[in-house]
Amino acid sequence: MKIIVLIKQVPEMERVKFDTTRGVINRKSAGVEINPFDLNALEAALQIKEEFAAEVIALSMGPTRAEGVIKEAIARGADDGILLTDRKFSGADTRATAYLLASAIDKIGNVDLVIAGEMTVDGDTAQVGPQTAEYLGLAHIAYVTKLEEITEDYLTVVAPTWDGNYSKKINYPGLITVTKDLNTPRLPLLKRKLEVREAEVEKWGIADFETELDPQDVGLKGSCTRVRKIEVPSPVEREGKMWTGDQLREAITEVAQICQEKDRMGE
Amino acid sequence: MTEKEYNGIFVFAEQRGGEIHHVSYELLNKAEELAAELNCPIFAALLGPTGIKAEELIYRGANKVYYLEDQAFGQPDELFYKENLVDLIDELKPEIILVGATNFGRSLAPRVAAALDTGLTADCTELRVDQAGKLLQIRPAFSENILAQIETVTYPQMATVRYKEFVERKRDGTLEGEIIKKRPTKVQDQSVEILELLEQQEINIAEAEVVVAGGKGIKKAAGFELLQRLATELGGVIGASRDIIDVGYLSKEYQIGYSGYRIAPKIYIACGISGAPQHVAGIKEADKIIAINTDPSAPIFEVADYGIVGDLYQVIPRLIEEVEEDERRDN
Ligand SMILES: Cc1cc2nc3c(=O)[nH]c(=O)nc-3n(C[C@H](O)[C@H](O)[C@H](O)COP(=O)(O)OP(=O)(O)OC[C@H]3O[C@@H](n4cnc5c(N)ncnc54)[C@H](O)[C@@H]3O)c2cc1C
Repeated sequence: MKIIVLIKQVPEMERVKFDTTRGVINRKSAGVEINPFDLNALEAALQIKEEFAAEVIALSMGPTRAEGVIKEAIARGADDGILLTDRKFSGADTRATAYLLASAIDKIGNVDLVIAGEMTVDGDTAQVGPQTAEYLGLAHIAYVTKLEEITEDYLTVVAPTWDGNYSKKINYPGLITVTKDLNTPRLPLLKRKLEVREAEVEKWGIADFETELDPQDVGLKGSCTRVRKIEVPSPVEREGKMWTGDQLREAITEVAQICQEKDRMGE
Repeated sequence: MTEKEYNGIFVFAEQRGGEIHHVSYELLNKAEELAAELNCPIFAALLGPTGIKAEELIYRGANKVYYLEDQAFGQPDELFYKENLVDLIDELKPEIILVGATNFGRSLAPRVAAALDTGLTADCTELRVDQAGKLLQIRPAFSENILAQIETVTYPQMATVRYKEFVERKRDGTLEGEIIKKRPTKVQDQSVEILELLEQQEINIAEAEVVVAGGKGIKKAAGFELLQRLATELGGVIGASRDIIDVGYLSKEYQIGYSGYRIAPKIYIACGISGAPQHVAGIKEADKIIAINTDPSAPIFEVADYGIVGDLYQVIPRLIEEVEEDERRDN
């Protein structure tokens, strides 16, 4: 059984500072990490591997410095990893990203299951998983919160859809996207960390694809959307009345009143 | 194909158990605005079991409703929906496609976009038409720190919009339109099987008029009983910051924010919530924001209409008393 885990290097969003005047993030203010949801995807793959003799391959697209996330995935238990990196891949929107990932998965061949995080914390679209599934011609289940039954032919999972939690079954080959609720990712092993430190990460550029990939389909050229402008949102004006310490009585009276007025408006 | 061959705005009308989801009416409202600029028709696509009141979509501004009837649409099967939607889109060739960014819509729309080889912009907070008639899609990025203006260079131009982002098109029973009933063009396959609905969602926080939310400042799960008392008193529901969901005090359907629900209540009361940008992203549409926090420098006070600096365990019981008192006086 062969499992591909899609991972992405992202800025540490909880720490990153933002330059609001220029509309860009201050890259020096925080480091980079594996997109948190992708760690849950990797953990799911490793749990499946524990049950069956599966091969787990981490796949990422990004600049050469993103090889760090491939190394980390291997340190955490992936068998192998591939970084898709080429100047021609840059400027990709979700469509071009998904197209490239799908092409790479086709090239790897004989894949039974693809697992992705539900979304990335810097892009926040949740689109790449389902788009990749479509380009691969595979079915998918999004927002998986639980793996119920793991077999060599199918998975049954729980995923919230519409107004409830559904139990769903996906036959291989297929793709799932997973949420944080699914599991607690294991930590990297020190021994493996040291092993991968000096190791060469396998990298594929456009030349490695030959016939499988049309340069018109990747990077900025293969993107169907363009960012035209960046705006910094103007803050919403709020009343901003504050009470402290000894004004508690006054605060309570006034807030209770506001609550009641509003409450009646709805009736 | 040139853009001229594409005409009309196509709204995916999501239904659940035969009930049309209100995000569809919000999309129709925006569609009406855009259609006025573009001078084009509005199509609604309703895929569902028989017996849905499709005319409701006409009363909310759709000119033509394409109602694909099949019991199998009673199951949230993205692949089956996608195949049939793509056939309908190929037939109609709309210039714009709008889908509600519900968990189903967010999973379905990317498949449709990829199948059509066109672009898709997620979670738009505003949609406009420029002078050339192109759709400008505005979406927040980097935890809402910036707004990106995005255009699609291919057709159709596709966007998803979160529930409660736009206001609903008011119902007008005098509006006329056409309902075109169809059978699905594709059959359901077995690559994904929907086995069963395990449990229904307990609450729908996005629709509540009053939300009393707790954050890490609450320190113990039992604290939510206190918040629940205030919420009940005000006819509302409780909610929480992400950290509360992470520690397991409440389930995910209570999470407010960027990776939880966006809410638009009349009153939002944040108790022991610091006001991180990812949390604030979910409460921007609230009419009145009230914050209770021990730390006067907590960022939540910057976005609140009313702030009480104090311990929630002292403030809330008194607030409950006061509200009860007021009610007794009124009756
Ligand atoms: C990609 C991403 C997505 C995220 N999505 C979300 C999301 O959807 N929703 C969300 O909420 N967060 C989200 N977060 C997390 C967010 O950044 C914050 O970490 C989180 O909102 C903090 O939760 P909190 O305010 O409850 O806790 P804290 O930041 O720890 O704040 C606790 C507050 O309680 C106050 N306090 C302590 N004791 C008391 C008391 N007795 N009475 C009154 N006040 C007290 C403290 O002064 C403090 O201000 C996301 C983060 C990332 C990176």
